[in-house]
Amino acid sequence: MRTFIVWTAGCLVVPLMTTLAMANGWNMPVGVTDVSREVHSLHMTIFWICVVIGVIVFGAMFYSLFRFRHSKGAKAAHFHEHTLVEVIWTAIPLLILIGMAVPATATLKKMYDPSDADLDVMITGQQWRWRYEYLGEDVAFTSNLGTPRETIRGKGERGEHYLLEVDEPLVLPVGRKVRFLMTSDDVIHSWWVPDLAVKQDTIPGFVNENWVRINEPGVYRGQCAELCGMDHGFMPIVVQALEEEEFDAWLAERKEAAAQEASGVDREWTLDELMARGEQSYNAVCASCHQPDGSGNEPAFPALAGNQALMEERERHIETVVNGVSGAAMPAFRNTLSPVEIAAVITYERNAWGNETGDVVQPLEIAERLEE
Amino acid sequence: MAPKLPLHHPVEQSSTASAGGQAAHSAPPRGLMRWLLTTNHKEIGSLYLIFSLTMFFIGGVFALVVRAELFQPGLQLVEPEFFNQMTTMHGLIMVFGAIMPSFVGLANWMIPLQIGAPDMALPRLNNFSFWLLPVAFTLLLSTLLMPGGGPNFGWTFYAPLSTTYAPPSTTFFILSLHIAGISSILGAINIIATVLNLRAPGMRMMDMPLFCWTWLITAFLLIAVMPVLAGAVTMMLMDINFGTSFFNAAGGGDPVLFQHLFWFFGHPEVYIMILPAFGIVSAIIPTFSRKRLFGYASMVYATGAIAILSFMVWAHHMFTVGLPLTAELFFMYTTMLIAVPTGVKVFNWVATMFRGSISFEPPMLFALAFVVQFTIGGFSGLMLAISPADFQYHDTYFVVAHFHYVLVPGALFAILAAAYYWLPKWTGHYPNLKLAHWHFWLSVIGVNLTFFPMHFSGLAGMPRRIPDYALQFADFNLASSLGAFLFGASQLLFVWLIIKCVRGGEKAPAKAWEGAEDLEWSVPSPAPLHTFEHPPTFRRDENSA
Repeated sequence: MRTFIVWTAGCLVVPLMTTLAMANGWNMPVGVTDVSREVHSLHMTIFWICVVIGVIVFGAMFYSLFRFRHSKGAKAAHFHEHTLVEVIWTAIPLLILIGMAVPATATLKKMYDPSDADLDVMITGQQWRWRYEYLGEDVAFTSNLGTPRETIRGKGERGEHYLLEVDEPLVLPVGRKVRFLMTSDDVIHSWWVPDLAVKQDTIPGFVNENWVRINEPGVYRGQCAELCGMDHGFMPIVVQALEEEEFDAWLAERKEAAAQEASGVDREWTLDELMARGEQSYNAVCASCHQPDGSGNEPAFPALAGNQALMEERERHIETVVNGVSGAAMPAFRNTLSPVEIAAVITYERNAWGNETGDVVQPLEIAERLEE
Repeated sequence: MAPKLPLHHPVEQSSTASAGGQAAHSAPPRGLMRWLLTTNHKEIGSLYLIFSLTMFFIGGVFALVVRAELFQPGLQLVEPEFFNQMTTMHGLIMVFGAIMPSFVGLANWMIPLQIGAPDMALPRLNNFSFWLLPVAFTLLLSTLLMPGGGPNFGWTFYAPLSTTYAPPSTTFFILSLHIAGISSILGAINIIATVLNLRAPGMRMMDMPLFCWTWLITAFLLIAVMPVLAGAVTMMLMDINFGTSFFNAAGGGDPVLFQHLFWFFGHPEVYIMILPAFGIVSAIIPTFSRKRLFGYASMVYATGAIAILSFMVWAHHMFTVGLPLTAELFFMYTTMLIAVPTGVKVFNWVATMFRGSISFEPPMLFALAFVVQFTIGGFSGLMLAISPADFQYHDTYFVVAHFHYVLVPGALFAILAAAYYWLPKWTGHYPNLKLAHWHFWLSVIGVNLTFFPMHFSGLAGMPRRIPDYALQFADFNLASSLGAFLFGASQLLFVWLIIKCVRGGEKAPAKAWEGAEDLEWSVPSPAPLHTFEHPPTFRRDENSA
């Protein structure tokens, strides 16, 4: 008997916990788009349907357990079939499900209509960062985890947005329909921002479509949702939604910066300039595998510091960074990094951590190679 | 339709039983060779059960490594690469090494006893299908020691992470899955042959206990889908070693094809792990309600309906891969439909208890916990079926909560219920009641403390398979980790209980439970090595004639 009181208490505690959870905002976010609102309301509807069915079924069950106890001398009845009852409890759930399928279908149709977009953004997943390209605007950049590696290992204070911060967020306008074209350079990733109710796999060799129209300015955070290897847990997404004018100003500024970057290709860079630029790009892009000190992570990720083959074969070093290694974890960076960044990274790798080759790889050399 | 036992056991039956059947044979091999060469369904059943219990603890330790790392934010104990190996191996070992073999073990022990057969139809094959398993899993576990580590791409091993980007040990992983798959197929063939051919005279299909029915249907599912898995992993093998491009887009292949193949196997696989549990619970609830199972026929039909639907819902695991709208709608509707036959089962169990005469022995406690917690898993399953909402749930801890509710307090609790229900038949002793109660209540508390908070962390936005997490998920993960260690530790009580029960305890009569009606309760406890050498006379319940 006492066990049953505990049980029942348990059954009361669970819904209570549920309610508390809802109250404290541990539930699915309502989000900031019309679609995310609809998704949230579907979620709550089906949740409450389940709660009502649960109360009825568990109610009947626990009533039976209390009422028909052997220890209280209950005598078992003999019935064991009833066609009408069986038909009823097949039909009623079916009707509930149809009632649920109707709004779900309507929402799904809306989500599947990326037509008439005002802006196209290409999203490319890479182990383990996101690349964003504003199509037709000549603006593109990669977005890397902003939390320092040492913080993950326990050095320093973990900030409010630990693991959900990036070096450069995806900036989007409020009120415009933005179409996402999504693909991947290596394995399957999944781009997910709960507040936008967008979760879409990025698949190598294929382009998926999705869209969003954000209603409120703000910063919205998410993460890669598909296991994509070692640093799957460390490729966050940050979307910054700006008012339309602010966004246009931002885009214009970025376009100008991109043009300047392009002009940087033609000039001669000094070793120091390239080293400074290279360290920055190396730490953002290369360090997650090859480590900030170039010590690598054998066998998949070779050490770069003190690597004789790397120091002796300049040509192969450039080839590896530009085109990757087929069949191995090393991706091609020809489309990911600018010629300046590639040149800087290679120069950095050839001169940092005691690799004192003194080699300088000029952006122009890389740019010419890319045009071949 | 549940069978009513003959009032008198046939004389021959009890005499063979007490003689143990040994006299007729030459002396069986002793020691290790006895177990290596045995073709006896009870001994092979025990081997399967011991093997799966061992795997359960190995997979459990892997889960605890995961939970220990997730105890608080930051990376403390393991590297992300090793973390991924742990999540992957935990899933593989639990699915293929613990849950599936334990159901096969129960089938081996109980199906011949429940249908009045002397043994499985194909005893030598039975020996072979068991001994494949230790080979497969030794190979699988050995990959952890290979250079580059073991499988690290999740138990669903999506290409190209599991092909182009996989560690070198993946080829061994593929081989071990092949061996385990052959074992499953052979086991399934054996069960089908036994159920269709060896029923006691007079026992019609619709007279069989539901455990036999659900296993018969499960066996057909296994034969249908294990070859698909074998095909998919063979294509992986070719992609990795022979330069094909089935799943490599750069060579004209399609990574999504892998997911279609995997889930065409994987979704029926989910039901392979739950249908036998339905059978177990459908035996236990009537026994301890002292009332026949309500709606036997509709239970059989519902099992069949679930099995058929299981082939038509696979892409609900793939709602976010970019399916066309029509496919998305089709798979949403079929998935929702599964709630109907599943609901029928739950309603029938409740109706069986209604106006029964209920007592709460350990098997019944686990069966009742199964009904409640499996239903909770069913509810979250229904929520996941709603495709637009699934975009938010997919690949989060909400999904982890969902399938663990179905598999741990679902399938695993049914297996524990079965163990408590049939231990008197296996050992001749009742399990220690006090230990059983401790085991039950600690398991219930542990399992819910582990998995209930995962619903919240998932809804709040925590993706699955990550070794570190944002700070707002810290409380949920703390609770989950504490629960997991409590649950893991309380399973040691179960091992202790089994050892005690084998060694001694209150003696159990042939009919160990007052309300038990099936044929296995007509043979002595413990069941002698050879039973039903002469088929029993099976008499149908007059009421149902």
